[in-house]
Amino acid sequence: MTQIDKPSDIDAHTGMGTTGHEWDGIRELNTPLPRWWLNILYATIVWAFFYCIAYPAIPLIQSFTPGILGWSSRQGVNDDLNDLRKLRAPIVAALSAASLEEISRNPQLRNFAIAQGKAAFGDNCAPCHGAGGGGGKGYANLNDDDWLWGGTLEQISATLTHGIRSEDDLAHAGVMPAFGKDGVLDAHEISNAADYVRSLSNLPVPPEADLAAGAATFADNCAACHGENGKGNMELGAPNLTDAIWLYGSDKATIVEGLTNGRGGVMPAWAGRLDATTIKALTVYVHTLGGGQ
Amino acid sequence: MSVRQQQLDDAALVASGVEIPLYATTQKVYPQSVEGRYRRIKWAILFVTLGIYYFLPFLRWDRGLDAPGQAVLVDIANRRFYFFFIEIWPQEFYYVTGLLILASFGLFLMNSVAGRIWCGYLCPQTVWTDLFMTVERWIEGDRRERMAKAGLPLNLEIFTEKLLKHSTWLLIAWWTGGAWVLYFADAPTLVYKLATFQGEPIAYIWIAILTFTTYFLAGFMREQVCTYMCPWPRIQAALIDEWALNVTYRYDRGEPRGSLKKSEALRVTGAKSGDCVDCHQCVNVCPTGVDIRDGLQIDCIQCGLCIDACDNIMTRIGRPTGLIGYDTQNNVERRNEGLPALPVRLVRPRTVLYAVLIAVVGAIMLYALTTRNTIEVAALHDRNPQYVTLSDGSIRNGYTLRLVNRQEQERVLLVGVEGLKGARIESSGLTADAAGRLMATVGHDQTLELRVLITSPVTAERESKSQTVVIRVLEPVSGATATVADHFFTP
Repeated sequence: MTQIDKPSDIDAHTGMGTTGHEWDGIRELNTPLPRWWLNILYATIVWAFFYCIAYPAIPLIQSFTPGILGWSSRQGVNDDLNDLRKLRAPIVAALSAASLEEISRNPQLRNFAIAQGKAAFGDNCAPCHGAGGGGGKGYANLNDDDWLWGGTLEQISATLTHGIRSEDDLAHAGVMPAFGKDGVLDAHEISNAADYVRSLSNLPVPPEADLAAGAATFADNCAACHGENGKGNMELGAPNLTDAIWLYGSDKATIVEGLTNGRGGVMPAWAGRLDATTIKALTVYVHTLGGGQ
Repeated sequence: MSVRQQQLDDAALVASGVEIPLYATTQKVYPQSVEGRYRRIKWAILFVTLGIYYFLPFLRWDRGLDAPGQAVLVDIANRRFYFFFIEIWPQEFYYVTGLLILASFGLFLMNSVAGRIWCGYLCPQTVWTDLFMTVERWIEGDRRERMAKAGLPLNLEIFTEKLLKHSTWLLIAWWTGGAWVLYFADAPTLVYKLATFQGEPIAYIWIAILTFTTYFLAGFMREQVCTYMCPWPRIQAALIDEWALNVTYRYDRGEPRGSLKKSEALRVTGAKSGDCVDCHQCVNVCPTGVDIRDGLQIDCIQCGLCIDACDNIMTRIGRPTGLIGYDTQNNVERRNEGLPALPVRLVRPRTVLYAVLIAVVGAIMLYALTTRNTIEVAALHDRNPQYVTLSDGSIRNGYTLRLVNRQEQERVLLVGVEGLKGARIESSGLTADAAGRLMATVGHDQTLELRVLITSPVTAERESKSQTVVIRVLEPVSGATATVADHFFTP
């Protein structure tokens, strides 16, 4: 490329003046732009200069120039959040004043509680119960119709507030004892009891299983909490052993494991961690997941 | 001065050894008034388009109940767009895509028939500039007076005229901005609120913005917008073909140009002399300052005013009109070669293609708009958990439904489930009718989000882990139904 600094040539083909720029034999014709166009470029440079003074702009070694307006993106987010809180203040106040019963009857409060509860659930509950409350082994599925500690609004609220086997004095406290480890039952008795438990919900058991012995062991050791017919006891958080829902699993090995080592999953008490209004919103949300009780 | 003239002048300067800069100082255009056929067309279009723009917001359209009674309304607060009998919701924004397709094909069709009709007659920049130039002429006089005054030092008369001109311009610009905001709220109410200083700040801000842009673009930037800012001249130049009608100058008739006296003298001797008397009327009336005799060029908006100017002169000197006129590039070249001009061909593959595309897109949109259902339903399956086993062993899936009620009355919609044997549907807080359908009340012209649970009994035979379930919504009063199909997952 040869470059001439000053426009001087005439292009032979068109008879036009050129800019003097030539690339591989092609010359750029000079079609002068209006000067206001150039002035706009200068104006943007001036604008950028003042912008750099007014706003955070220039990176320094540790930090950056803050700008004389004192604007920061973090402050901007805070302002937006405060605006949002101000906007929501009336309905949040109504929510905190209303009882669970009133919330579930008022569609506007109910929808707001569900939306708030959904967000709070994602922040606090999802790590154990899953994003949609689907649960997992040892963590209850909140979408089904089986509630270990009760599925009414009041019962869900109590579980959320005080937790399960947590440090809270009012926490749900029932524990499945470790029958095997503590020497109460031997391996044979545990195996029979496990077969019997599976038979309660019509799960297949091996033909050689001694269900009568299992039933006797069950009556002596398990019926106190799980009930004589295995229907469970919500007061103690003892699961219903006759239905299709299993917190840890329905295979024999899992049941034997539970009988041997005991079970005692923990849920934290959320009072003190979350404010009462958030717990209320969570209660309503969890109640709607599977329809509650 | 046109870009073309600038290049020619610069070339002459360069040839004589003068270095020319890379940037040119803009030279003011002083268009002269003109009368004639195209000027009358432009007046008519100006009155119609500006009339529509300024007064359309006041047109009423009864939609019943508490729906807005304005014919054209962009209701951003309530997320609705009203256009006469059409009401568009945000999720139907794809109709706007159709409108944009129609608009661009419309532009292409105009271009392949007669070049820059849009630029010359319809473009807001042209229409408002035309209006501002008219005001300028009324107050400061025609081309010659304005040019003379530009050279004079400021005196009281010139100052008064300038003051009057800019005030009038600002008044028009302000009304333009004012009309703009009326499309976004109930016009009479907003006019009252604005006049009593109770309007929303955003309304005043938009009026200020539109006032500024109108005043600045129509009062000062004018042809600079067309020549340097607008992309359409570039696109248009690439789309034009040799069959399209354009405002052209007839070289075969006009050249060699010369003054009336000289040409009469030449004609007496039998020498060739063109009809163009080089009076520059075509250049003087041009709103962008081009010389049409230089041929097709980027800054010519093809408004046809030079045709009027030239025809007036030709009539006055007793020569046939049409020295400048609408003609095709084909004919310009044929005439230069001494061949007879070809008739105008409006029906060409390209114009037919554009017309067909416009018709097809328009028909699809019309069909879609007129057959729109008054109710709609959309379903979103729960992602986690995909299914839930209930204590009795039956399987339940959760869905989030969105029910749409487009009617102007609140309606109870019946939500039922089909395609899944023995399945039942329930939703927290809703009761079901005798047929097991949920009764959901949806407000007029509103949507309702509803989480429903569909349960398939333990006895149901399941062929695969994923079955199809159909959710049917029935509006009992009109009998309108809408369905949505989704998966039903099982272990």
